Amino acid sequence: MIRRVLPHGLGRGLLTRRPGTRRGGFSLDWDGKVSEIKKKIKSILPGTPCDVLPDTSHLPPEHSDVVIVGGGVLGLSVAYWLKQLENRRGGMRVLVVERDHTYSQASTGLSVGGICQQFSLPENIQLSLFSASFLRNINEYLAVTNAPPLDLQFNPSGYLLLASEKDAAAMESNVKVQKQEGAKVCLMSPDQLRNKFPWINTEGVALASYGMENEGWFDPWCLLHGLRQKLTSMGVFFCQGEVTRFVTSSQRMMTTDDEMVTLKSIHEVHVKMDHSLEYQPVECAIVINAAGAWSAQIAALAGIGKGPPGTLQGTKLPVEPRKRYVYVWHCPQGPGLETPLVADTSGAYFRREGLGSNYLGGRSPAEEEEPDPANLEVDHDFFQEKVWPHLALRVPAFETLKVQTAWAGYYDYNTFDQNGVVGPHPLVVNMYFATGFSGHGLQQAPGVGRAVAEMILEGSFQTIDLSPFLFNRFYLGEKTHENNIM
Amino acid sequence: MAAPWVSLRLVAPMWNGTRGIHRLGGAVVPEGNQKKERKMLQFLNNHFYDVEALRGYLLQREMSKVHLKNRSFTWLEEQHGPYSAGAFFILKQGGAVKFRDKEWIRPDKYGHFSPEFWNFREVPVEAVDASDCEINYEGLDNLLLLKELQSLSLQRCPHVDDWCLSRLYPLVDSLQELSLAGCPRVSERGLACLHHLQNLRRLDISDLPAVSNPGLTQILVEEMLPNCQVVGVDWAEGLKLGPEEQPQDTASPVPA
Repeated sequence: MIRRVLPHGLGRGLLTRRPGTRRGGFSLDWDGKVSEIKKKIKSILPGTPCDVLPDTSHLPPEHSDVVIVGGGVLGLSVAYWLKQLENRRGGMRVLVVERDHTYSQASTGLSVGGICQQFSLPENIQLSLFSASFLRNINEYLAVTNAPPLDLQFNPSGYLLLASEKDAAAMESNVKVQKQEGAKVCLMSPDQLRNKFPWINTEGVALASYGMENEGWFDPWCLLHGLRQKLTSMGVFFCQGEVTRFVTSSQRMMTTDDEMVTLKSIHEVHVKMDHSLEYQPVECAIVINAAGAWSAQIAALAGIGKGPPGTLQGTKLPVEPRKRYVYVWHCPQGPGLETPLVADTSGAYFRREGLGSNYLGGRSPAEEEEPDPANLEVDHDFFQEKVWPHLALRVPAFETLKVQTAWAGYYDYNTFDQNGVVGPHPLVVNMYFATGFSGHGLQQAPGVGRAVAEMILEGSFQTIDLSPFLFNRFYLGEKTHENNIM
Repeated sequence: MAAPWVSLRLVAPMWNGTRGIHRLGGAVVPEGNQKKERKMLQFLNNHFYDVEALRGYLLQREMSKVHLKNRSFTWLEEQHGPYSAGAFFILKQGGAVKFRDKEWIRPDKYGHFSPEFWNFREVPVEAVDASDCEINYEGLDNLLLLKELQSLSLQRCPHVDDWCLSRLYPLVDSLQELSLAGCPRVSERGLACLHHLQNLRRLDISDLPAVSNPGLTQILVEEMLPNCQVVGVDWAEGLKLGPEEQPQDTASPVPA
């Protein structure tokens, strides 16, 4: 009876019968009442989330100076260097838009994590050398007060590239270029190979190049985490969403050859939220395409490639996703602790993983055997037929191995010349590319990030000249070909 | 197992405990009062921009001090030859140097050392004791000038990590003794690149906190360097006793 007399405004919770209170007498349940009153007062006071205005914390800001499409290691590296090299602290608002915050399909996390300087192009060697010094001093570059130092789990074991008779001359000239640029690489004959690595079978090997310093493999997640932490402390905005539209404005101008060109400039980016039709238009000044395997779609949104083929307007961004498998196996009698990352003459490669006789490796398939990149399903027959025979030939101990697990990841494969695309687009004047590295994005990310930041802030490449990687080469047909791709 | 190697290092190491802790970053757990101070500092850091900026500035200053200590002495190398330049670098850091057929040169507690080694232009340096020195990757430039080094001790060096170990391969012809005991940043990944040092006869890898599995690492390193005596970890460490070998707490039953 008495319960009905209690003031109704204190919420319905008090008036429900509770099992314990049925027994004789009445209990006013003071604790419950007090907590209800507290809750009501809290919801009225300012500074607390209330339902009057909708919550927009998941949306990106309405204005941003730079929008980086893609939150993988390349996108975060560009953001880092933009904030690091800006003239005034807080002078630039940078927004990183990443579609999948779990990075489940991102190339960065699924990568084998190797870094090497054994390329044929001097620019690639320079990028890799700089990235090695960045990783070595990562706790100075990405220092955040109060955060523990980063441990990249770097294995400085080096890369061992094997060459058959026909590739030996190319390898020799490559090593000469590498030594000139400052990489510590040495050539080994088959006898020296057998001496140093007795588990190797040198049949078919004419020459080998061995990287002694600044080469090895590391944990890409740690780098990603370190970059995200540092960027959050530097004030970069992160948003989980998908870029669905670019709003551009065009201008027709006359070139010096009296041709009319239409120059476009993106002034708004529409970012759509996950599982919803909600989108936020972000006004921006510069857009950076670091979307990895999906860069071509982002470029197509900006109108790159919409035009008659053979013209600059009709030149598409030739980056497409290619699926690559990585297999992990256990082999108790396998090569010892000193094993470098060995890349065979057939293209198969492997490296040690940890202390427990586990190895991981794979092989790039030939053009005709390219797997369907629609999903990341692993094809185990590929290992049985195309990878294992080559591994067993090169390292006899691998005849008795047992595959433990496998995964697949995407290469942002540049079908034109398998090298990265860096720099602005000639017609869409404020879109900059940092993509298309075909399996080398992780190891060149710090260098490329700095180059793009310099291009944006200074107008030209300052430290490493990446002019051979500009977009123009697709139209002009000049390939900057890289010989050593795994 | 190779015959026990007689160490060239005849001088007992001097432990300078407190200097190590502040350089280790988050690696060492502080106790008692230090913990409370740390919590207070973290709270202030998270709530005030000024404190964060000040801490950032102090951290940068620490790092630039280490960089200054590890600068390259190329001018000295041109003037006095590589051996003297390398020896000067080690002595300036607080380490000790032994030239061939001479006595150990060691700085006193004020950091002063005798200048007689400037005359030893052609005499190679045989042994270096760089314990507790702040040598890092760049400083190894100077250390690697000593081409005929036979014994190197990098005990408890706070900045020697896996990258530094990958740089030691130029000493392959001469280095016979290497000690990495107590280095907080050396892990088994860095130990893997010691396989270049085929002339190594004695390797000390005891007390490495960053190595995940010391017993297994010791076995793998011994396999990697067959002619070397690897000192440091008792291989049985980390192995659990089987059920029949568990120590019995109860007294043995007295037969009735």
